[in-house]
Order: sequence, then C-alpha cells, then structure tokens
Amino acid sequence: MSRSHTHTEPVDHEAGKIGMWLFLFTELFLFGGLFLVYAVFRSQYTDSFHTAAAELNAFVGTLNTVVLLVSSMTIAMSLTAVRKRQTTRALILITATLALAAFFMVNKYFEWSYKFHYDLYPGSAVMKNLEHGVILFYGLYYMMTGLHALHVIIGMVLLTVVLMKVKIGAINADNFLLLENGALYWHLVDLIWIFLFPLLYLVT
Amino acid sequence: MSDNIEEGYVSYLEYKGKYKGILSWLLSTDHKKIGLMYLYAIIVFFFVAAFLGLLMRIEKLAPGPTIMEAQTYNGIFTIHGVIMIFIIVIPGISAIFGNFFLPVMIGARDVAFPRLNLLSWYLYMIGAILGVLSQFAGDGPPDTGWTFYVPYSAQSATNVIYALTAAFILGFSSILTGLNFIVTIHRMRAPGMGWFRMPLFPWSLYATAWIQVLATPIVGITLLMVIAERTLNIGFFDPALGGDPLLFQHLFWIYSHPAVYIMILPAMGIVTEIFPTFSQKPIFGYGAIVISSIAIAAVGYFVWGHHMFTSGMSYWSRWFFSFLTFIVAIPSAIKVFNWVSTMYGGSIDLKPPLLYAISFIFLFMIGGFTGLALGSLATNVHLHDTDFVVAHFHYIIFGGMGFAFFAGIHYWYPKMFGRMYSNRIANIAWVILFAGFNLLYFPLFIIGIQGMPRRYFDYLPQYTMGQVISSIGAFILIAGLILMVWNLVYHRRRGAIAPANPWNGVTLEWLIPSPPPHENFDEIPEIKTKPYLFTRTKND
Repeated sequence: MSRSHTHTEPVDHEAGKIGMWLFLFTELFLFGGLFLVYAVFRSQYTDSFHTAAAELNAFVGTLNTVVLLVSSMTIAMSLTAVRKRQTTRALILITATLALAAFFMVNKYFEWSYKFHYDLYPGSAVMKNLEHGVILFYGLYYMMTGLHALHVIIGMVLLTVVLMKVKIGAINADNFLLLENGALYWHLVDLIWIFLFPLLYLVT
Repeated sequence: MSDNIEEGYVSYLEYKGKYKGILSWLLSTDHKKIGLMYLYAIIVFFFVAAFLGLLMRIEKLAPGPTIMEAQTYNGIFTIHGVIMIFIIVIPGISAIFGNFFLPVMIGARDVAFPRLNLLSWYLYMIGAILGVLSQFAGDGPPDTGWTFYVPYSAQSATNVIYALTAAFILGFSSILTGLNFIVTIHRMRAPGMGWFRMPLFPWSLYATAWIQVLATPIVGITLLMVIAERTLNIGFFDPALGGDPLLFQHLFWIYSHPAVYIMILPAMGIVTEIFPTFSQKPIFGYGAIVISSIAIAAVGYFVWGHHMFTSGMSYWSRWFFSFLTFIVAIPSAIKVFNWVSTMYGGSIDLKPPLLYAISFIFLFMIGGFTGLALGSLATNVHLHDTDFVVAHFHYIIFGGMGFAFFAGIHYWYPKMFGRMYSNRIANIAWVILFAGFNLLYFPLFIIGIQGMPRRYFDYLPQYTMGQVISSIGAFILIAGLILMVWNLVYHRRRGAIAPANPWNGVTLEWLIPSPPPHENFDEIPEIKTKPYLFTRTKND
C-alpha cells in the first residue's frame, strides 16, 4: 500500500506507448489535411504540377531521403543497444541520428535558399506571374516541407533530451520508454518524408 | 454503508502536497484539482461571453444602431462565438467533469498521464487568454464569425491571427485531454470492470475522446493554412492565386461538425447518470446507449457537407450528406427513448439535477427536430443563414450541452465540494432559466422562417416583435444564471455538510467520502456486477 499514498506518475510502459501511438495518429491527420489539399489541386492542375515539380532538385531530395532512412535505422539500433545494456554504443548511435538530422536540415536550408535566390517563394514578384497550378505547387512545397522541417527540429530536441538521459543512466535497460517513444516519433518524421519525397520531387 | 465514512480522512481540498497556497493548485497533477481549475476558468469565460451575448440582444431591442455600430457588433458576435465554442462548450464537460469523475468512476487513482493533464490545462489557459485578448489588442476585434470563412478571414484587417492561433492552441489542449482519457480508460479500469461494466458517463467520454483525437488535427492544419494565407500569401483558398474557398469550408466542417458531437456526447453521458439515480432504477438499454454513442461518433464524421448545401456542391453530394444527416439523428433518438424508459415505473425523486436533465431532453428534442428541418435539402435553401439556424444551434448547444452541464454541476456538487446547495433556490433558478431560455430563442425560429438573416445588427420593422421578446428573454436568462451560480457559490462554504451519497447513487463516486480523499480510494474496489444495480438501499 505504500505506493498508493504517493501521487506519482504511474510507470506503465504499455500506457506510455498507446499514448504515443495516438499522438502519432494525430500527427498523421495533421499532415493528412495537407495531403488532401495536395490531392485536390493535383487533380485540378495536373500539368502545372508536373512542370513545377521538374524545377525541384531530385538529387538533393533523394540524398535527404537516404539520410533520413539511415537515421531511422540508427535510432532503432540505439534502442536495441540500450536494451542490451551497451550504453556507449547507444550514445554513439543517438549522436549519429542527430548528426544525420542536422545534415538533413542543412541540405534543406541550401535547397530553400537556392529557390529564394531565384525569387521562387509565395508572394514574390516572379511567383505572381506564374500559372496558378505552379503557385499552388510551390505553396504546398513550402508548407509541407516547412511543417516537416519543424517536426525534424522538434525530433532533434527530443532526441537530445534522450541522449542526456541515456548518458546519466535515467534511460536504461529497465526503463527505456522515452527512448522508444522518441524513436517512434523519429520514424514518423521519416515516414512523412517518404510520402513527401515522391509527391513533390518525383511527380514529373 | 455509505453514511458511515470514517472521520479524520484528508480530502483532496485539504491535502498538503509539496507546494503551499496557490501553487498547490497551479502545480497539482491531481485530476480533481485540475478539473476544478477548468471549472473556475470556464465560469469566468462563460460570464464574459454571456455578457457579450446580452450586449447583442440589447443592440437588437430596436431597429437601427441602438448601443453600438455595425463593426462593433461584428466583433462581438465573433468573440462571443469563439469563446463559447472553443473555450467553453468543446472542452467544458470533458475537462471539468471528465477530469474529476472519469478516474473515480472507473476506480482509478488518477488519469494515465497526470503531468500531461496539467500541461493541457496550461495550454487551455494560454489559448483562452489569447482568444479574449484578440478582442482588445492590436487592430480591433476579429469580425469573421467563429467559422473564419475565407476569403474574408484572409483579408479582414482585424486581429484574426490571434483568434486563429487561440483556436489552434485550444485544439492541441483538447487533443491531449482526449488522448489521456483513451489511455486511462484502456489501462486503468478497476479489476473486474470489463468494457460492459463501465458506467455510461465514461463510455460517452471514450467516444468523445476518439473524436477529439481524430478530428481536431484537421482543423489545426486548416487554421494553420489560413494563418499562412494571411502571412505568407500561400493562396490555397484564394481564387486569384488558383485556390478554392470551398476547400476551406470542407476542411473546416470535417472537424467542426464532429466537434458538435464532442459537445453533446458528454452531455448525454451526464444525463444518462442522472436518470437511473433519481429513478432508483437500472438504466434502460445499457447496450443500446453504448452503441448509439459509438454510432454518433462514427457517423458524425460523414455529415459535414450539410453546412454547405447552398455553397455549391453536386446534387449527389447534397443528397448523400442529407441522407446521412437523417441517419445520425437515429442514435440520438434511441438515447431519448432510453432515458424516458428509465424513468418509467421508477421511484422518481424530482431534485434539481433531474429537473435540469428532463428539461435537457425537452430542449434537445426541439433542437434536434429543427436540425432535421435544416438537414432537408429543400427547406435548407430557405432557412440557411437565418435566425432559424441560430435558434436551432442554441437549443442544441445551450439547451442541450448547457442544461446537461447545469444538471451535472447540481448532481456532483455535493461530491466535489462536500456541501449541499439550497434545493429551493436551485428550483427557482431552474424555472427562471427555463422560461428565459425559451423566451430568448424560440422567437428566433419564427423570425428566422420569416426571413431574418443571422449576424445582422439591424433589422426591418416587421421583425421588431420577435426581436424584442427575444431580448427580454435574454435578461430573464441572465437573471436565472446569476441566481443559479450564486446558489452554488454561496453554499460552497456555508451549505450543510454533504453526506457521501446524498442521492443514493450506485456508481463508484458515491462509495467514497465527499469531498473525495487525495487518492480517491484507500483500496481499489473490485467490480463484480454490471453498473446501475440498485440493490443497496438506504437501510443497508
């Protein structure tokens, strides 16, 4: 009965995971709204979407896809490492995930600034003279990759906290819920990108 | 057994945690204290929004400008709507009674994620304060109506972004509460409490929580798109850039219609608890009520198009949405049948909670039937955007959710605060409220059918009679509200000490002392039977 008189957060691994999965569903629905808007305008302006997508650099997109896929692998491996009590290996793998995420963001930065250089952004003088379908494609491009980039940043913050907690031993073989949920979140970030990549870069 | 609670226990109100004073509330993860913090916040916001509503009614006492200009009126009906919908009605019952009673009724010590629960409250407060601020700060109150329809919401020079951001943050808070409740119900029911031994208020919260989790993100992203439209010239909804304003309406109602069920399902859950207790009789058709809750949640997703019959949709889409709108009325009607049948042959004790619950049925039925008039394609064309819609909506939301809320507060007040209110004053307040409510909203049906448009600050002389009666009703309603709240506030410290089980209820919250101890149960009860078996009597 000693437990029942302290009002602490119950340590229920299963509950923590259900909660995280529900949260991931809400994230999917959030992006789902944008996918829906994409589908509507894609069917309305099929040709313009093809021409506009041809402007995007498929190489950079592919590189970023590979980077995110590898980072998903490293974070999954770190979970196995923690469960096998290999703390050092886990720390290296989480750091690698963070490095890959940073690489993704740097890539994104150059990609965006390249387009800004050519005045390809919503509301610019160049953009106003383009076809409606192209304007909407770029609107979707910035909104979707922007919201995704925001999720990458949130994921990086979360994984940094996880890294600290692994370091001080707060996350260990007996208590790894936060790492598992962090990894789940990171997989979601990866998964959404897997859909964004073909829709934005490969539709031509 | 219930009257022999041991003396000397420490209630959650007196419990000394880590922090003292105000911090013992602001940093508490106790679901009961969080529920009360929501209650106090919502009462304050409710009076702000009700006052704005009263101002609108005063404006309409006579044709032409009476006490304000048209633009002020636009701002007032917008903020009245935003506060009432996003800050009071959507979170209301889940956040207050859900937080307080969900864990107790399923035999748990708290929700699954107590700290997340506190975070939801803070997000709620940030969103709520931002929403109220939008009325005063910057470039003047938003004037788009609570629906934020584009293209106007993308162009209006007022504080639309404040209101949009507020609604977004409130949505996030609502998602986290829903998520918390789903996990709590899945993981923390007392031993022996199978799904079909769970009381019906938790069941209604469960159905609601799924809508909160699955529908709210859609409005979240939609509001973000409008913000992007205003700040970044994105153009999804702007025809000049190739966008489509109708797309916004679809996205908005995909959430905002299910949101109506976020409002009404927990309200139905409350009256479902009240009817068995005050009839001393098991609920009629437990299974039917559970299934109809789930059916409302499920079918409610697919009726959003009925808000857009006149906006431009294909014939078959309109036919489809109209048909589904009629279908979704059936589960609600099943519940009404169940409540009435529960009372049939019971030993009815007409205390204030039951009074409010019965008037809930009456008002909800008027709201429901007029909803069908709006859901039929032919009549909708005539009634769309008239005061008829305003009256229908208020009968559902205020007459439905509002009166169920009042029923709930009168039902659970002794448990929450450990004091009794005055039954006599509660009954008088009910009479005033009920009369004022009908006087306020019923004339709007009539002038709506005659053609009075909604959201107009002026009207033709032929509508004067209806408008004036309605405004008189508003004053009576406000008087009733003040008397009701005064009764509850006054007896918070001065009322008679409440016994553990003043109404002879049989759900778990009545087995523990009033007010409950910090951890709810000394020992988690084991559930061996279905709920609502009135085998225990006063003499036990």
